[in-house]
Amino acid sequence: MPQGAHITESRDDTAEQPAEQAVRTAADASGAATPDAAAGRVSRDTVSPDATSPDATGAATPDDAADAGSPTVELHDAAVRLGDRTLWSGVDLALAPGEFMAVLGPNGVGKTTLLRVVLGMLPISAGEVRVLGGRVGHANSRIGYLPQRRNFDSGVRIRGVDLVRLGLDGDRWGVPLPGMALLSRAKRAENEHVRDVIELVGATRFAERPIGEISGGEQQRLLIAQALVRDPALLLLDEPLNGLDLPSQAAITALISDISREQGIGVMMVAHDVNPLMGYLDQVAYVGDGRIVAGSPEDVITTEMLSRLYGTRVEVVRAADGRLAVLGQPEVRATCHGSECP
Amino acid sequence: MVGGIGQIFAYQFMINAFAAGSIVAVTAGLIGWFMVLRRQSFTGHALAVVGFPGAAGATLLGIGAAWGYFGFCLAAALVIALLPRTTGQTRAEESAVTGTVQAFALASGFLFVSLYRGNLTSINALLFGSFLGISVAEVRTLLIICAVSLGVLAVIGRPLLFASVDREVASAAGVPVRAVGVIFLLLLGAAVAGAVQITGALLVFALLVAPAATAQAITTRPGLSLLLSSLIALAITWSALALAYVWPYPIGFFLTTLAFGVYLVARAISALRDRAGNAVRGRLGTSGAVGS
Repeated sequence: MPQGAHITESRDDTAEQPAEQAVRTAADASGAATPDAAAGRVSRDTVSPDATSPDATGAATPDDAADAGSPTVELHDAAVRLGDRTLWSGVDLALAPGEFMAVLGPNGVGKTTLLRVVLGMLPISAGEVRVLGGRVGHANSRIGYLPQRRNFDSGVRIRGVDLVRLGLDGDRWGVPLPGMALLSRAKRAENEHVRDVIELVGATRFAERPIGEISGGEQQRLLIAQALVRDPALLLLDEPLNGLDLPSQAAITALISDISREQGIGVMMVAHDVNPLMGYLDQVAYVGDGRIVAGSPEDVITTEMLSRLYGTRVEVVRAADGRLAVLGQPEVRATCHGSECP
Repeated sequence: MVGGIGQIFAYQFMINAFAAGSIVAVTAGLIGWFMVLRRQSFTGHALAVVGFPGAAGATLLGIGAAWGYFGFCLAAALVIALLPRTTGQTRAEESAVTGTVQAFALASGFLFVSLYRGNLTSINALLFGSFLGISVAEVRTLLIICAVSLGVLAVIGRPLLFASVDREVASAAGVPVRAVGVIFLLLLGAAVAGAVQITGALLVFALLVAPAATAQAITTRPGLSLLLSSLIALAITWSALALAYVWPYPIGFFLTTLAFGVYLVARAISALRDRAGNAVRGRLGTSGAVGS
């Protein structure tokens, strides 16, 4: 949200985006002597524009009062066309604050497209989309976005901590002047906030190493920290579990679920396989055959629902421990063009 | 020889050479750092080669070579920046276009030099660098253009860094990625046009790539790395000017050799350090903390 040219660290968007300025940990705010690393949660308390001191105790209002009550993401009868092909249409879904939604479906059906629509990077051809109580694109500074892929190869000589930091201030004009941290209290507070978020995702150990030299799972944790560093109200994660081993998948899913619940952040996470996510989800959105079916996992992940969506036999079985498993989900998109889609 | 070095600033042309060299080195060190990070080295080289017919043509027309460099390099940067970019196999296609244009530019420059019926030294100077015959007026022009370029770089610096390492997230965060990229190419055009006047069209990487690559091998902190890059470029330029003053060999050779040497040393140090770091990490298992 560039507001003009700043060579130095000043920012004048405080009044517009109070949530962005939150740079304190819950421990600091409550005056607790021991910051609990395990809880390690970052508060989303707002700082009044004149309270420049990060240690000031006043003026902390509850989360984003303006959004209270309104869904984080809302789609009404939405449709998207890419060229002359309608990817999906008639989509209705609503994501409440603090809800964790998985976006599932085979390759090429428009899962990433759904995230891009919510970001306002792609226009819808019909219907309505509202994000954080307003039009799409109006509140992108309060959305944490983690795009698909992103393996940094070993040639990228940037530390993880720098990448997280860019997530916080990378859109501000100007250049950071070396040594500012010694002079500016706001700058020190920002450094601390970056450290807290890195601690929160358990990436402290490798945050100082070049991003290209750490493992995929470690990179993914830092990228999640980058998406979280602005204290977003909405997280859009595109296949964050891709290429990770099973323990890492489980750890990162649990981490996202905890953060979502504790901080009231709505999460939309594109995933390839629902099974590692079972037990954490409030909602699922299955994309397929030109439609999206969204709802609670119990309602949507059923043999009838998924079979109808994909037009082929998909079986949902319940394991002895109560967990669901989806079998026979088509890996390629059933052929269907534009308005002929069911 | 010590006496020779001592008298280095007794000549106006050496003072001009040092002034021009310093201005160009700092600019190339900083802008080259972003070029290396963005992996646009090939584009940087193409811009330098396009500058060659510009300078040769300007000489043919009787206006200063500097104007030819800046005119052609900036125009070429604008063309490359505004090339329609579709998704998909753009990189291969873009380098094919750039390579074709580059060959044509070299040929045109060669033709202009032939038409000028100049002696062979002029083509040597254009291709492999020279530090002679830089006027006070040219130093002033360089100073203004480079100061403006670095001023613009200071304004777009952080968004440019964000867009360079993490284009899609930067775009989602509201960085005008495309505009920042276009502005950067223009800055690169200006930096190349400046550097080429000392290094020659073919050896521009001595100032544009080597210091940046060296700095990035030494440290991963962006601020420190940028500072280091411009300091290395400055040190290389000063040393090369002094050597070229003392010995009758081309400055391009000294510049490039020094740059190469510094880069090799930095890579060796960084390789040794990595090995030591891995050994330590292996022994301690998991350790370390985020400090700043």
